[in-house]
Amino acid sequence: MSFTSIDFLAFFGILIILYYALPKKIQWIVLLVASYTFYTLAGLKYIGFILFTTITTYLVTRHMDENLQRQDLYLKKHKAEMSKEEKKAYKKEVKSRNRLWFVITIVVNFGILFFCKACLVDPLHSMSGSPVFSFLSVGLPFGISFYMFQSMGYVIDVYRGKAQAERNFFRLALFVSFFPQLVQGPISKWEQLKDSLFSPHAFDRRQVAFGLQRVLWGFFKKLVIADRIAVAIGTLKGTEYTGVSFFVLTVFYAVQIYGDFTGGIDIAIGVGETLGVKMPENFIRPFFSKNIAEYWRRWHISLNEWMKSYIFYPITVSGPMLKLALKTRAKLGRFGMRIPVYIGSLLTWLGTGVWHGFNFHFILWGLINCVVIVISEELNPAYERFHDRFSWSNKRGYNVFQIIRMFVLMNLIRATDLFNDVGDYFRRIGSLAWQFNFHVLWDGTLMNLGLTAADYIILICGIIIMFLVSFFSRDNVSFRVKFQKVPRVLRYVLLFLLLLSVILFGSYGIGYDASSFIYNQF
Amino acid sequence: MEQLLEILEGLHPEVDFELADDLIDGKIFDSFDIVTLVAEINAEFDVAIPAEELIPENFNSAEAIWELIQRLDEE
Repeated sequence: MSFTSIDFLAFFGILIILYYALPKKIQWIVLLVASYTFYTLAGLKYIGFILFTTITTYLVTRHMDENLQRQDLYLKKHKAEMSKEEKKAYKKEVKSRNRLWFVITIVVNFGILFFCKACLVDPLHSMSGSPVFSFLSVGLPFGISFYMFQSMGYVIDVYRGKAQAERNFFRLALFVSFFPQLVQGPISKWEQLKDSLFSPHAFDRRQVAFGLQRVLWGFFKKLVIADRIAVAIGTLKGTEYTGVSFFVLTVFYAVQIYGDFTGGIDIAIGVGETLGVKMPENFIRPFFSKNIAEYWRRWHISLNEWMKSYIFYPITVSGPMLKLALKTRAKLGRFGMRIPVYIGSLLTWLGTGVWHGFNFHFILWGLINCVVIVISEELNPAYERFHDRFSWSNKRGYNVFQIIRMFVLMNLIRATDLFNDVGDYFRRIGSLAWQFNFHVLWDGTLMNLGLTAADYIILICGIIIMFLVSFFSRDNVSFRVKFQKVPRVLRYVLLFLLLLSVILFGSYGIGYDASSFIYNQF
Repeated sequence: MEQLLEILEGLHPEVDFELADDLIDGKIFDSFDIVTLVAEINAEFDVAIPAEELIPENFNSAEAIWELIQRLDEE
């Protein structure tokens, strides 16, 4: 079942009625039944995968938690008679016992994810053509990249003693399978989600209205903008489009992926909000960032936080890395202390690339991001001197320049997504240097991409609206809070127009598959 | 504490670490700074800070970092 289908709207409508009509005590059970119904309708054949992850997560976290509780009791009981060293040795022993099951669970689950990414990708649903290894074309299990990371994050938190294991299997099953986040995230932490997921929620008119408004806004971005511009992107991927045409492709793709991914997340968070469940934000106006590192702190935040907490930090502060830092410092001075940071960054970005798909172009995408971020990080002192020396560089005009520079650079990096053939990608990047075919902007080429003049007018209006909403959220106050201050009649008229535009201008049609959220394929 | 302040000033000379209490929340330190700091602390104080301790509360001020070092040293 797709978010953008009539079936989903019917499912969601029935769910809201049942959720608020039935006793509050069983609301979370309603959500569990709804989540498994959603999953079954989305892909019954994959239900074994999510059940396996849920069961192994439950068993290992319960086992580790029991060990930790026994440890605490034992230490409390023998507090007086144990020395500091003995306590330390006892804790170490418990940790190593937990480590065995922890490692097995992580390796088996990520092994399944890795196998699925490498072998089960359906070329028809692969965003960029055939995967490298596709001997089993049955498709990637629905939502596996998202529920797997969420579950394994929870396993790591329990292992670290940062979260207490859930005793009720069905509550954990809901955390793993909560349906809004299965499509394309966000990836929540147990501590972030558990309170609002399991606590009773009374019907709150304002909260439900806010949630529905956000769902509607997500539909607008996805159906009116992202899915409309997708047609032109399909055409522009043709080999004849190089130089300025390729540049246009990168801009169109930025619009598509922003509308598609942030729209999908708006729907997910809006659905959660309607039900009183608060999920973490996944974006903070990423296209207003001034450099790539800042962009990655504001785009797909939940994945990047996951990577930072569970891959980057553990690698860079591990024993071997700290020893390496000491050695490299002896030889290279202060710069040597950064070596583990570079190694950690490289491995984290490789991991992020593989998360997107087991294709070389995703690995290349990760490497380019890593190199750009490391270089800009090292140039920070020079930037600071530059800004101190030239006061004009701190003014609004220069800020706008930085935002445009980041937008263009990120578009060029992101274009690696579009080409399975890395050689083709570099050929097009190269064409930017020698092919100045600006005439494609006015000679009618843009009118032959599958979009009509009316499509362009709708797109331009849609992008302006999207930009204004983002722009007016700049002081971190939700746009909807500001929107509430608009006179009621005008507010209703604007919301009605938004709804009307989704119905009239949304990209529908025979054979059109509105279900294909780009990030659902990762 | 003075040794710690020296390390911190080496990372960000422009910050007054005796007053600053929003090093993470105020986005003064990024993840690169934190892991570099962990490596420096390990080298100077022989205290290994595990990944699970890399949370904003432990790194928002020099005082919080100093408390973390002392706690881990005692454990």
